[in-house]
Amino acid sequence: MAELLRTQARKPKCYLLRPVTFLLIMLVLVFFGAGFLSPRSPVLWSRRAGAGEAGRESVGLQVVKLSRMVYPQPKVLTPSRKDVLVLTPWLAPIIWEATFNTDILNEQFRLQNATIGITVFAIKKYVVFLKLFLETAEQHFMVGHRVNYYVFTDRPADVPHVPLGEGRQMVVLEVPASARWQDVSMSRMEMISSFCEQRFLREVDFLVCADVDMKFRDHVGVEILSQLFGTLHPGYYRASREAFPYERRPQSQAHIPRDQGDFYYMGAFFGGSVSEVYRLTKACHQAIVADRANGIEAVWHDESHLNRYLLDHKPTKVLSPEYMWDEKLLGWPAIMRKLRYVAVPKNHREIRNR
Amino acid sequence: MRRHRLAIGLGVCLLVGTVLCTLWVYVEDWLPVSYVPYYLPCPEILLLFRGTVAHHTLRSTHSPLPAGQLHCIWASAGRTGYYEKQRPHHLADSRDGSNMKLQYKGEKLFQPVAQSRYPQPKLLEQRPTELLTLTPWLAPIVSEGTFNAELLQHIYQPLNLTIGLTVFAVGKYTHFVQHFLESAERFFMHGYRVCYYVFTDDPTAIPQVPLGPGRRLGIIPIQRHSRWEEISTRRMEIISQHIAKRAHQEVDYLFCVDVDMVFRNPWGPETLGDLVAAIHPGYYAVPRQQFPYERRHVSTAFVADGEGDFYYGGAVFGGRVANVYEFTRGCHMAILADKANGIMAAWQEESHLNRRFISHKPSKVLSPEYLWDDRKRQPPSLKLIRFSTLDKDTSWLRS
Repeated sequence: MAELLRTQARKPKCYLLRPVTFLLIMLVLVFFGAGFLSPRSPVLWSRRAGAGEAGRESVGLQVVKLSRMVYPQPKVLTPSRKDVLVLTPWLAPIIWEATFNTDILNEQFRLQNATIGITVFAIKKYVVFLKLFLETAEQHFMVGHRVNYYVFTDRPADVPHVPLGEGRQMVVLEVPASARWQDVSMSRMEMISSFCEQRFLREVDFLVCADVDMKFRDHVGVEILSQLFGTLHPGYYRASREAFPYERRPQSQAHIPRDQGDFYYMGAFFGGSVSEVYRLTKACHQAIVADRANGIEAVWHDESHLNRYLLDHKPTKVLSPEYMWDEKLLGWPAIMRKLRYVAVPKNHREIRNR
Repeated sequence: MRRHRLAIGLGVCLLVGTVLCTLWVYVEDWLPVSYVPYYLPCPEILLLFRGTVAHHTLRSTHSPLPAGQLHCIWASAGRTGYYEKQRPHHLADSRDGSNMKLQYKGEKLFQPVAQSRYPQPKLLEQRPTELLTLTPWLAPIVSEGTFNAELLQHIYQPLNLTIGLTVFAVGKYTHFVQHFLESAERFFMHGYRVCYYVFTDDPTAIPQVPLGPGRRLGIIPIQRHSRWEEISTRRMEIISQHIAKRAHQEVDYLFCVDVDMVFRNPWGPETLGDLVAAIHPGYYAVPRQQFPYERRHVSTAFVADGEGDFYYGGAVFGGRVANVYEFTRGCHMAILADKANGIMAAWQEESHLNRRFISHKPSKVLSPEYLWDDRKRQPPSLKLIRFSTLDKDTSWLRS
């Protein structure tokens, strides 16, 4: 009797286990089946051009979510500046004081954790300008953002040690120096393009190429950043295109006819996304080499080639002469509400070719 | 005996579960409320490993999905013929909560501009410019006189772009399609490849309009709802689903406009940008406190008193297809959240659009020339009206 009970008692357990397992397996199968049978959506994968470049490329083009901010309302019927042009005919902003709100722009770029690289060439005696350049850059250039200074020099021992803020670092790159100052200037294009490939593509999102014999006097921030930007030459912002000192000889690659040209851009301050700067510097370098092979040197060297390139590849932002000024030569006209990046007085004869 | 009952109970539960699953997958709109599926557990949770395996077999350029990184995207039961139940996929940017990555048409590089003769831009403007041409975040505000159309044509033509245009023609609104398409054929993106996407509940009512070369029309059937507000708010959802399903492979840029309008003057590549909004014609001269934002705190479209740049019109927005996708998805999520709280924003999707444009600023803004109301007197500051309303009797249309 007890045996019978025991077997009977055991039986329900064994009897229950199998159906329950079966049911659980059915459950799992049904869910899998639902997944298989549900109408298929197209396979959608992110497009990636190339590992490093694609990751960097997206900065600046992303639409990021901003936090709540308080600022005055922009008024549709009230232009920000009535005395100057703020938009080129190809819809690129021309950056003047009062056209932009620093807070909004800072937040947009901070949210993307943008890193800005700035290249500066301190060849031969030009190393003396580095200290003032770096100190003023620490005060005014891209404050609050990640910055990499790339100092190209043939005298790495003479590079001053300047204390840098948080998120900012300096990289000293040793490069050979050409004998002639014109060649020093033009070789910058080659060096920047080769380092773009080697380092900049992986390390920074935006690249700014600046002259070293300058100092920052006022805010120069993320308002300048875009795919490709050039700066208006302070000596020619009033001039008509026939008076621009473009290269006028048709034999040169930098040739621009008298009836063409938008602005005269200065070779001392240009930049953009790393890939665009790479294309620009590579194209300019190739044009310089072609000219050299034809026994011609453009009238303003790399600046002439830069102007030719920017005529064909319109910049997406143009910086007003506030971003490139010489107070000694040009004074301080009312139209310049701020002087941001200005020339440091130097003795040309002494400093060049030494 | 109790154990028997337990077994039977389990079996019944299993059966009910299967029935619900099948109903949900194959039958649309059987639920009285459409957002419930969002709260149900995702069957795909079980597909984690299968998805990882599937990853390898597909043509993909990036590393397999690490286990544990799984998201499911839910769509309410909208009648577009499929659901956005995505397979597990690589997440690169889930900042927004939007986690579907789409494979888009190829990226266009900067091309050299063919030389064209045009006057030199005058840097020191003395003419009184009436309109603001640059927003505080450096987005251009496009109006007649700010750009050189020929120059822009030289820049954009070689890029071989395809531009999409979505319109919704539901119920009696199908009457507008003829006039809309004819005017678009004359003025919208002339010389470019264009895809019109007409969403309608009655495909037979869409007339055959002759289209120029490189331009085609796609008619997509959608479900009609009883209330016109419902139709209006569904647009965000339908557009985002359509992009995911089709448009991301077919177009580079996409514009979403209202159908009860006509193009009156050229609408060209000056409007192309990463994310484009248009200023509402009724509020461009008005202080932000008077903008008809949603002012109730409970709504996700709430805008506080001191917030806001411009009041943008819901009738025109667009941009790169990737950005339009993120934008419409974001709006749709916000609309659903409101629905769950039983609230509908003051101006339906336009309120949500405005909320989103405050936190995700457009990269280009179109002046009211690109979205005009013909009942208003045209002010001298707006030189060329390009897209405006067709006078209509709204009460008849919405019945």
